[in-house]
Amino acid sequence: MNKAKAFEVAKKLTMIIVLVLVTAFFAVKTGGAILLPMNISSLISQNAYVFILATGMLLCILTGGNIDLSVGSVVCFVGAIGAVIMVNMNVNMYVAILIMIGVGILIGAWQGFWIAFVRIPPFIVTLAGMLIFRGLSNVVLDGMTISIKDQETFVKFFGGGADCYIPDFFGNGSLNLTCLFGGILAVAVFVILQLKDYFTKKKKGYETGNFAGMIGKLVVVSGVIVWVAYKLAQHKGIPSVLIWVLIVVIIYGYITSNTTVGRYFYAVGGNEKATKLSGINTNKVYFLAYLNMGFLSALAGMVTIARMTSAQPTYGQSYEMDAIASCFIGGASAYGGIGTVPGVIIGAILMGVINLGMSLMGVDQNMQKVVKGLVLLLAVIFDVVSKRGGKLIEKN
Amino acid sequence: MAKILLEMKSITKTFPGVKALDNVNLKVEEGEIHALVGENGAGKSTLMNVLSGIYPYGTYEGDIIYDGEVCQFNQIKDSEKKGIVIIHQELALIPHLTIGENMFLGNEQGSKMKINWTDTYGKAAEYLKEVGLDESPRTLIKDIGVGKQQLVEIAKALAKHAKLLILDEPTASLNEDDSKALLELMLQFKKQGMTSIIISHKLNEISYVADKITVIRDGSTIETLDKEKDDISEARIIKGMVGRELSDRFPRRENTEEKLKNAEILMEVKNWTVHHPIDKERVVVDNVSINVRKGEVLGISGLMGAGRTELAMSLFGKSYGENITGQIIMNGEEVVFNSVHDAIKHKLAYVTEDRKGNGLILSNPIKINTTLANLDAVSNHSVIDKDKEYDVAVDYKEKLRTKCPTVEQNVGNLSGGNQQKVLLAKWMFTNPDVLILDEPTRGIDVGAKYEIYCIINQLVAEGKAVIMISSELPEILGMCDRIYVMNEGKMVGELDGKDATQEIIMSHILKASSKGE
Repeated sequence: MNKAKAFEVAKKLTMIIVLVLVTAFFAVKTGGAILLPMNISSLISQNAYVFILATGMLLCILTGGNIDLSVGSVVCFVGAIGAVIMVNMNVNMYVAILIMIGVGILIGAWQGFWIAFVRIPPFIVTLAGMLIFRGLSNVVLDGMTISIKDQETFVKFFGGGADCYIPDFFGNGSLNLTCLFGGILAVAVFVILQLKDYFTKKKKGYETGNFAGMIGKLVVVSGVIVWVAYKLAQHKGIPSVLIWVLIVVIIYGYITSNTTVGRYFYAVGGNEKATKLSGINTNKVYFLAYLNMGFLSALAGMVTIARMTSAQPTYGQSYEMDAIASCFIGGASAYGGIGTVPGVIIGAILMGVINLGMSLMGVDQNMQKVVKGLVLLLAVIFDVVSKRGGKLIEKN
Repeated sequence: MAKILLEMKSITKTFPGVKALDNVNLKVEEGEIHALVGENGAGKSTLMNVLSGIYPYGTYEGDIIYDGEVCQFNQIKDSEKKGIVIIHQELALIPHLTIGENMFLGNEQGSKMKINWTDTYGKAAEYLKEVGLDESPRTLIKDIGVGKQQLVEIAKALAKHAKLLILDEPTASLNEDDSKALLELMLQFKKQGMTSIIISHKLNEISYVADKITVIRDGSTIETLDKEKDDISEARIIKGMVGRELSDRFPRRENTEEKLKNAEILMEVKNWTVHHPIDKERVVVDNVSINVRKGEVLGISGLMGAGRTELAMSLFGKSYGENITGQIIMNGEEVVFNSVHDAIKHKLAYVTEDRKGNGLILSNPIKINTTLANLDAVSNHSVIDKDKEYDVAVDYKEKLRTKCPTVEQNVGNLSGGNQQKVLLAKWMFTNPDVLILDEPTRGIDVGAKYEIYCIINQLVAEGKAVIMISSELPEILGMCDRIYVMNEGKMVGELDGKDATQEIIMSHILKASSKGE
């Protein structure tokens, strides 16, 4: 029992410790290059799609280790449609955004229907979706690349193009003060909320946990936020796409931890039969997971074409794998029912750091895949073995 | 005197918190049919699992002496090598493989790299002949009926060169003709020198085939009856099975009969019929009518597989079965529950018999499990008020005296009794009028049982109605105001709690079984 609990605590912190160690490793190996403001900034913009997709993927995985293989193709397809209607048909940008989101949701509903109500295994449905929407992307784009360079507002809105940063309202020097203030504001809000929560709990006589531990957590998290903000301030400021990522992360973080719907995702993954017998419509829960995945894929699609300032039939390849890997590395259980949005974000950052670090070191692309694969395998082995109470081999 | 083939000496097997077998002794002579009888949970299956090595040597105390030597089985394969083959109640056949493939599963003919199909099907045909099954060994298991499947299991045992055949409830799912054929087959095997152990609830069958009968009760051997010397009538066997003193294991309820007589009927079920979800022809609950009054503890007694759980789950928002017909009347109004949600809304609660599988989310804390069925009560516009949730959980923890450090504790780390309390808390929090408790004390220790009984009394004192499904007769007798007896999907008796005895209930069940419907 205690061993299991020790694993639980270890697991919560392991990925953070691993992240720190890996970052330190690359910092040494790259002569500090990985910590340069420019690289931290690009870590965020390059991986924005992973953060968004991994958040959606978490909901699918929570329902019982179910994954969505189609997201890469859906990202590409939605982007393709957007590019075609904006460029070839001159559709107004906002209308185009609505259409793209609509397409994403429709795709989510299509796959969700088969998975939730007909109970076709998600692996099959989304494998089919992966093929279908990759094919349709080619059809829509006619196999060509469509540039959306001229759609400046759209590109800027989704954080792409050359000038993809939040403008600096105050500063005039090398340091972006808006960014720094933003970071400090975020810290202030975070600290106030945490303290408020702690003291209300204390006042009402609830269990609060260790005060010193909480202060420690506050100091570390605040430190990291300010440090990142300072780094970003040294390099043109806040990447606009970070705003999208933050919105998604905060909203979904809240939904998963504080709402009834969020609770249902965990319940279904924890024990579907018990959930059903508690009067919860589990079909609906599965449906929502995939519907939402379609929606977030659409958002990621817009972010992707904005960043590339074009749409191509090859975009989004293996995005699903990045998202899935981030979830599992970030502590989501391969059996469902366990996982958090912050955890998944840490998983995604870890993957991003490994990518970036190896690229900076000049490691061959193929070896990068090998390393990422091993990291994923290790993370899931850790999950499975810790569930078995630390025993490596399943009893026969 | 014939040679003793098997002797199990002073077998004691303990599970965490429960002594399942306590100093059990069993002697089986070569060439006899030995019957093992006892109530559900008496320890028959546990004993057979010890014998076959499912519980490996070292996890129990005592000795198994087979064919003159002390055996230490670590797995089923070890006991099968010696010729001890057990056929479980749940058939272990794979539907999409052929009879022949199933018969030699794990014991394939030919070499590892090349299965010899000629041998497989040739030998399979021989064994099929021996059990009198006229089917091609290439037929898929799914295409033959349960009776024939049972014969395939026996043929499979023969293929393993069984010397001691153990049959656990072999006729439970068979019709009368198939049962009869099976019993004849056992007698025929006996003539050929085979030794068998049969576990069964159908005492008429036992009287028919058995040479000796060993009675197990509460994990101990009570007696062994010999066909030659002793009276082995059904009444005599029943006496051995249930002959236990009822002591003060049940808390008293201050509730006069008068009070109940005038109490309003909270729930009434009329002509309730349910079909099996897959085998849609099969009737699982057959035209059942019951009612329960305010403040009443109503018992539903019967053996496992009588259809009690199926009845309860089908009532609870049709969570079991197909083609459900009948009426439910709650508080005088006819209601239709198309989902569990409907049932909960109309103040019905069903506390499952399988708390780990169907009741609780073991990987989640107590507080989350407590509120799951009524999450709306602790949320505003779909946002969970976590403080309120915590308060509710603590409240129930104290009310039901659940033993746990905090309500943040994962349910999986609690003992069975405390898990059961969390499950009860979960359903009490939905504020039901009628609670169906399915085997509410299964697998929990005596102290916790008493506490659960107290909670039941408290519930009816608050004016709720409790329907208690239980396989433990003493519990039904000790707790219930009125008792329905269910067998093979039908209600076969209704008794007043005062007048009922274990013998009466048992004979209701056995009479219905013997009719072989």
